[in-house]
Amino acid sequence: MPFSRAINAGLRAAMTASDRVLLMGEDIGKLGGVFRVTEGLQAEFGDRRVLDTPLAESGIVGTAIGLAMAGFRPVIEIQFDGFVFPAFDQITTQLAKMTNRHEGALSMPVVIRIPYGGHIGAVEHHQESPEAYFTHTAGLRVVSPSTPNDGYWMIQDAIASNDPVIFLEPKAKYWMKGEVDTAARAIDLHASRVVRRGTDVTLVGHGAMVTTLLQAAALAESEGTSCEVIDLRSLSPVDYAPILDSVRRTGRMVYAQEAPGFTSVGSEVAATVMERAFYALEAPVLRVSGFDVPFPPAKLEGAYLPDADRILEAVDRALAY
Amino acid sequence: MTPLEDTASTPVTAADPALVRVLDADGAFAPTPAAEPYLDLVASLSDADFEIFYRDMAVIRAFDQQATNLQRQGQLALWPPSYGQEAAQVGSVHAARTQDHLFPSYREHVVTRVRGVDPIDIIRLMRGLTHGGWNPFDPKNGNTHIYTLVLGAQTLHGTGFGMGLVFDGRCGTGDPERDEAVIVYYGDGASSQGDVHEAMVFANSYQTPEVFFLQNNQWAISVPVATQSRSPLHRRGAGYGMPSIPIDGNDVIASWAVTRRALDEARAGHGPRAIEALTYRLGAHTTSDDPTKYRTGDEEESWRRRDPIARMKTFLLGRGASEAFFADVEAEAAAVADDVRTRTNALGGLERGDMFAHVYSEPHPLVDEQRRWLDDYEASFEGGAS
Repeated sequence: MPFSRAINAGLRAAMTASDRVLLMGEDIGKLGGVFRVTEGLQAEFGDRRVLDTPLAESGIVGTAIGLAMAGFRPVIEIQFDGFVFPAFDQITTQLAKMTNRHEGALSMPVVIRIPYGGHIGAVEHHQESPEAYFTHTAGLRVVSPSTPNDGYWMIQDAIASNDPVIFLEPKAKYWMKGEVDTAARAIDLHASRVVRRGTDVTLVGHGAMVTTLLQAAALAESEGTSCEVIDLRSLSPVDYAPILDSVRRTGRMVYAQEAPGFTSVGSEVAATVMERAFYALEAPVLRVSGFDVPFPPAKLEGAYLPDADRILEAVDRALAY
Repeated sequence: MTPLEDTASTPVTAADPALVRVLDADGAFAPTPAAEPYLDLVASLSDADFEIFYRDMAVIRAFDQQATNLQRQGQLALWPPSYGQEAAQVGSVHAARTQDHLFPSYREHVVTRVRGVDPIDIIRLMRGLTHGGWNPFDPKNGNTHIYTLVLGAQTLHGTGFGMGLVFDGRCGTGDPERDEAVIVYYGDGASSQGDVHEAMVFANSYQTPEVFFLQNNQWAISVPVATQSRSPLHRRGAGYGMPSIPIDGNDVIASWAVTRRALDEARAGHGPRAIEALTYRLGAHTTSDDPTKYRTGDEEESWRRRDPIARMKTFLLGRGASEAFFADVEAEAAAVADDVRTRTNALGGLERGDMFAHVYSEPHPLVDEQRRWLDDYEASFEGGAS
């Protein structure tokens, strides 16, 4: 099943399970969203459960807060990563802090779905990696599935959470097919997962970059280097146990991400691994990331985005220590 | 002179033919033509109702002045006075029904107290003990939501709540005793915020049972309302497709009647309404600014002559209210103010672990870990000292 259909199926399952779940966003009803993730859901559940909202991102998030206060569990779609910023105030100063400001008297079960990242050659503001803005804000949970099975289960787990969840969908993966086991629940929403076993270097990443890490690991293997690959899945909180366990075995780690490197998720994970597994490390934890520039015009994204070669260059540097 | 320096023409004036006013500045019953449609509602008010209006205004003014004093004495980090805006608030809040939901900004001390919120909860916020202070869903707080300091943000929360009322069929059934509505408060400065625009778009798109209650107190800190809008703010409502009515915000009776009708129409399913209450904050924006730097004494004096409480007192005296009544109100006001001072001084502090509480509704490993770390760190000193 393609990743986008898996999320669609997960949304359908959550909406079937509870009539308090409703979807809100621009063009998500009749059109089914520009990536068709919500296709067919308005026809199935009606326009009171799947709302084609006015074109106003702050309005979508702000009214979702009010709907959550009224007992609903809104799932919002922000059409593209670069369009989340008009809603940034409502997300960071309001949604993230509501439970805290109410001294626990109410919870904020709101999910914000954001298609994010590059690889699709889109125009300005249509491919960005805003995850660090949200992981930096207490009160938010931030996750990013990278496989159809995770898409199916993690969206349901995010909706079930009583805390606000920023749900980052790697848009490069929307058409990726994979097995979805609708009978067996995937691991916990905030668990990281080893997706490939290896002994020499630990490769960690999230979202679309997991696929690139697996490509790099396959190439490394042909050159005699065994890489372990870990999908972070949850960007906040981070589940360090599988990463630390791996690093203690391999002694080397590379974090790869599309986002700019400065004060990023990769920075945080690298720093924490160095704090907690310093004596197990044979080399500094290295980061491979997008550059600290605005996401470039599409014709340059190939030079901006980390690819398998750039990851392997870091693997070689790590092995050279 | 640039257009924005020409602030002499206040966008809305008392001469606006749309203005609803029942009592004139001297407290005489003198309805404007625009008030005619509301006189049947006004006729339903008794002397006892009028006395409640007066009592609430006078008591909260005493509380407000006490809180201002407490800030000056270092007991509070900040205080935003409600001094001068009592009529707009008392009228509108008494117009709300028990089941209605109120979303204040940060100056609605009058509104919150009338709905049952303990004034000490506002003190706790301004003293730095909380970022909220009360549970809006605790019945004793009358569905009154916590203050929002980010301008206009709460207009979207109130609108979303109103959407929920629509989706759940909690309005528009035709039973005003059961149907629910929302009233959201904001100011002339907040009216420039994009969130207020988006809230009005959503409210009209989804026909929320909601009243947007704008207290135009003429100044956004030091910036006059003419810089926020070159046309009367109430005219904006028409652009969104909703009735929008200017009232004399220093006339508690006009505030009550217009808000009561607007709320009842909204709860009945006729969609949102907007009210612009023309009022004036006689005090500072907050205890951090100095109004003498940006406005004239003449202007303040002209509004002092339109004081909502003095106006209502004249009206009540004309209807034969007794001196004993006013003496009783004065005593109650003094007692409430004294009580707030006593209880403020008795407020305890916070435990350091409190900062980790309620960051999330569900357990969060990072927060839990940092809480344990701080406990251990502090304990290491306590252990060393023993």
